[in-house]
Amino acid sequence: MATNTVQRSGHPGHPARWPLWATPVLVLALAYGLVPLVASDYVFDALLIPFLALSLAAVGLNLLTGYAGQLSLGSAAFMAVGVYAAYNFQLRVQGLPLLAAIALGGVAATLVGVVFGLPSLRLRGFYLAVSTLAAQFFVQWALTKFGWFSNDNPSGVIDAPPLAVAGVAFDTPAGRYLFALSVVAVLTALVWRVTRTPTGHHFIAVRDNELAARVIGVPVLRTKLLAFALSSFVIGVAGVLWGFVYLRTVEPAGFNLDRSFQILFIIIIGGLATLRGAFLGAALIVLFPLLLSRLGSLLLGQWFDSGVLELCQRIALGALIVGFLIAEPRGLAALWERLVARCCRRPAAAHGA
Amino acid sequence: MAQGFDFAFLAEVLIGGLLSGVMYSLVAIGFVLIYKTSGVLNFAQGAQLLFAALTFVSLVERGLPFALALGITFALMVALGLAIERTVLRPLVNQPPITLFMATLGLSYVIEGVAQLVWGTQVHSLELGVADEPIEFAGVLVSTFDLFAAGVAALMVIALSAFFRYTRVGLAFRAVADDTFAALAVGLRLPVIWATVWSAAGVIALVAGLLWGARLGVQFSLSLVVLKALPVLVLGGFDSILGAIVGGLLIGALEKLAEVYLGPYVGGGIESWFAYAAALLFLLVRPGGLFGQRLVERA
Amino acid sequence: MSFVRHLKTAALASAIALTGLQAAQAQTAAAPAKPAQQQEQFFPLQSYRVGPYAAGGTGFFGGFIDYLNLINTRDGGVGGVKLTWAEGETQYEVERGVEVYERLKNRPGIAAWNPLSVGIAYALIDRVTADKVPLITINHGRTDTTDGAVFKYIFPLLVNPYSETSGIVNYLGTKVGGLDKLKGKKIVVLYHGSPYGKETIPIYELLAQKYGFTVQQIEVPHPGNEQQSQWLTIRRAKPDFVVLRGWGVMNPVALKTAQKTGFPVDRIVGNIWSNSEEDVIPAGDAAKGYVAIGSVAPGTQYPVLQDIIKTVYDAGKGNLEDRKRIGTVYHNLGVVNGILNVEAVRIAQAKFGKRTLTGDEVRWGLENLKLDEARVAALGAKGLFHSINVSWDNHEGEGYVAFQQWDGKQWKQVSDWIAPDWKLLRPIIDKSALAYAKEKNIKVRKSIDD
Repeated sequence: MATNTVQRSGHPGHPARWPLWATPVLVLALAYGLVPLVASDYVFDALLIPFLALSLAAVGLNLLTGYAGQLSLGSAAFMAVGVYAAYNFQLRVQGLPLLAAIALGGVAATLVGVVFGLPSLRLRGFYLAVSTLAAQFFVQWALTKFGWFSNDNPSGVIDAPPLAVAGVAFDTPAGRYLFALSVVAVLTALVWRVTRTPTGHHFIAVRDNELAARVIGVPVLRTKLLAFALSSFVIGVAGVLWGFVYLRTVEPAGFNLDRSFQILFIIIIGGLATLRGAFLGAALIVLFPLLLSRLGSLLLGQWFDSGVLELCQRIALGALIVGFLIAEPRGLAALWERLVARCCRRPAAAHGA
Repeated sequence: MAQGFDFAFLAEVLIGGLLSGVMYSLVAIGFVLIYKTSGVLNFAQGAQLLFAALTFVSLVERGLPFALALGITFALMVALGLAIERTVLRPLVNQPPITLFMATLGLSYVIEGVAQLVWGTQVHSLELGVADEPIEFAGVLVSTFDLFAAGVAALMVIALSAFFRYTRVGLAFRAVADDTFAALAVGLRLPVIWATVWSAAGVIALVAGLLWGARLGVQFSLSLVVLKALPVLVLGGFDSILGAIVGGLLIGALEKLAEVYLGPYVGGGIESWFAYAAALLFLLVRPGGLFGQRLVERA
Repeated sequence: MSFVRHLKTAALASAIALTGLQAAQAQTAAAPAKPAQQQEQFFPLQSYRVGPYAAGGTGFFGGFIDYLNLINTRDGGVGGVKLTWAEGETQYEVERGVEVYERLKNRPGIAAWNPLSVGIAYALIDRVTADKVPLITINHGRTDTTDGAVFKYIFPLLVNPYSETSGIVNYLGTKVGGLDKLKGKKIVVLYHGSPYGKETIPIYELLAQKYGFTVQQIEVPHPGNEQQSQWLTIRRAKPDFVVLRGWGVMNPVALKTAQKTGFPVDRIVGNIWSNSEEDVIPAGDAAKGYVAIGSVAPGTQYPVLQDIIKTVYDAGKGNLEDRKRIGTVYHNLGVVNGILNVEAVRIAQAKFGKRTLTGDEVRWGLENLKLDEARVAALGAKGLFHSINVSWDNHEGEGYVAFQQWDGKQWKQVSDWIAPDWKLLRPIIDKSALAYAKEKNIKVRKSIDD
């Protein structure tokens, strides 16, 4: 895996005048202040909310695969566990506040994640990946098979509960967006914090060279399990966002292998072991197909039917993934870094720094 | 259950499972070939399978005779393999395995899309001229088609083994698989080797595509057979052909037996994950698979 | 200095983002108001022409668009109102269906949503109820949406899963010489491992109790590529009949595996999503003699289809690429879906006026969609489907079903139109719908005007 230095203060190439906290604060200010005023319902419900849910899942998977180097192909299963668990807690425990149900959903995902993470103590690389697939298929089967999970609804599809925190209802598109944004912001901050602690450094040590890490005293077993635990928690909450805030109905088929691949695409294209990468990748994965579809039907809709355009769009997506991996294997985050560095290096040069 | 244990039924399930397993091995062998020589887990194998089956069936439906259609498809698969090696794999030669894997995943989207763009999204029936009337041996049912497929797979394995052992190109493959740098030092031209490997994998995809297409009908879900091949690879080792066969037989048998005998206790449908769970448990005992080399996974 | 630079970069980025948002918004903005003389009724189509179910999707949406084209070309629209449509590809994925919904929902004059997907339909139930536009789930959907008193905007037209099951059992009764002769017989239901597959398990139990047969449910995990163990188990169980409740690739594989394990195909009866050409063609010879249920008959001999061929296809406006697919099951289903949608609009226009109607008005039209056999014949569809009788509290419409057999080249109808046992099923539907109403705090309607 590409090594990735942990950034300490400021951005490379500048004098330390742009503090590290400034970019996130700026982004959050725009996200909270500006976006709700200008965006339409469509942008909220079809673009921003799925983007937020997928970014959070990517942040979680990045923790496991990017930072700790444990390849997992079963992330969608953990999303499913999170949302079904949250649903059941909220349903069966009277008066449980929504946030508590979401947190408990995450905890359930953590437990399942640790169980399926145990093989990582013996397995590496693709062997580990294939065993995470066991989680993927098993969870999907269990959720479909045992009606208890979906409240014995004959169709197995559950409806999301209304979103209300401390009496404040979040049932407008803008409200749902703000709810998702807050959850994502808090968890991303937490994950960021973790990567800066010794635990985070242990993750990277284990990823880069497990034997050496063991030699210098990193508790490898505990580190790996912790990686699975934390990652699954975040992914579980992302699943709750996907089901409760975005689609508002949940069926196990939505958390299939394609979804797991999608999240893996996001972190690879976004850039492994970068938080920025999760968001950039998710933006690409959410927006790109829609953009292509719209462009395609706009320009070529007269001559080709929508099926042909869709196939072309699928081909273009695949080609984009391959192209990206060839041209910039470190992902969008690295691309972004280069862009920022280039446009901000000039004044530094001018100042002789 | 009925009075007395039904051995005939057990035999039926077992034999059916073993024969299914041979079909899984067919797909797994394509993976092994590529992994052995270039370290890439080629997820696009499923898409290649679909492409081969669609091309063949579409040509036959347009009136071409069987042999000609087969020949043209063969040529196309070889060309596809070469194209993949040249455009996708060569630029990514030094990247970590996960990047290569993801590239093959992206590639599978492209191939699936092109196959359907060219040949359409309709479903087709593929007849190989083998009627699937079941044969009965002493109360045990065996499928004719599965026997035929097992025969074809056996032939292919023998051909491949002979190829690896007795031809120069085959020896070159093994050299590259063993130690790439040494092979280079000795003067083997890697690009040629890799191009040949990918073409060979394309041919395997063709055979597997035809057999699976005859079994399931040719439509989009055909590419999902790779999900059955992965536990086989895990069990048998990613880089062993013998492992792919033994692994396939094991997985096929275990899966069917579990579905029939264990399934009813949990409501059925466990086939979707049982193979993976079995492979996983097995791996915990033998992390390198049955016949795989114990790889030192450099992260 | 660098701070200012950063600010500029951020400003540039925001500007780009805002432009993007605006552009996205523009996509969803209402189309400019039409001049008074040309009214339009819009049908948004969450179609799937790509992906694992593309074969069925191209047929269904092709048929639907063909019928809309027919009405526009031959009749100049409905009451002078032109029918328009726009397709959004969903690849049968729920989130794409939702995205298409959000993108198109603000277009004026939406008549109804027709997604032909269980997952997408479920995701839309709350949304269409809030937006007051009907959602039609022909031949499928959530069974309790039949109760229009609770589900005002959802219409599982023609046949819901429970009726379908009852129809199959009634047919099996005719095969053994009478429903009373079903006593003691054994039926295996081979179902797809998904919510759709499990939906009818309770009804089979109910009917088994009523008629005295035993039923065994066997699951095939999605997608159904491997069914060997299931069919070997069936062989051992020696049932009198196997009901195939499949979807997608599960169907041809089931038929092929049945042949492989020696189970006679004429004892297999397929449900309404296992009844198309796409389900049997990949199975080749193994499907000859297979019988399946349908609410819409196959074939091109019906006047309305002849009209479509003459008016639409011969003029080069046909939606199907391959003319041989005209008259296939999915295509005809799309045509009938078109008929039902258009007639609802026509009936609503009779009350509200010949203009662009609102979703609620079309809903009223759907709740008065009563097409008896005479009217069906007048529409050129005699024999294509039987009749429909929707009311405000029965959104299914008491659809009749018939059975068709595959002879290797095409489907042929082999039974009369059979009525499901609606009386038996209605109380269960009501109970389930009331439970839903209680859970969601929905006011139960007392009349069509509620």
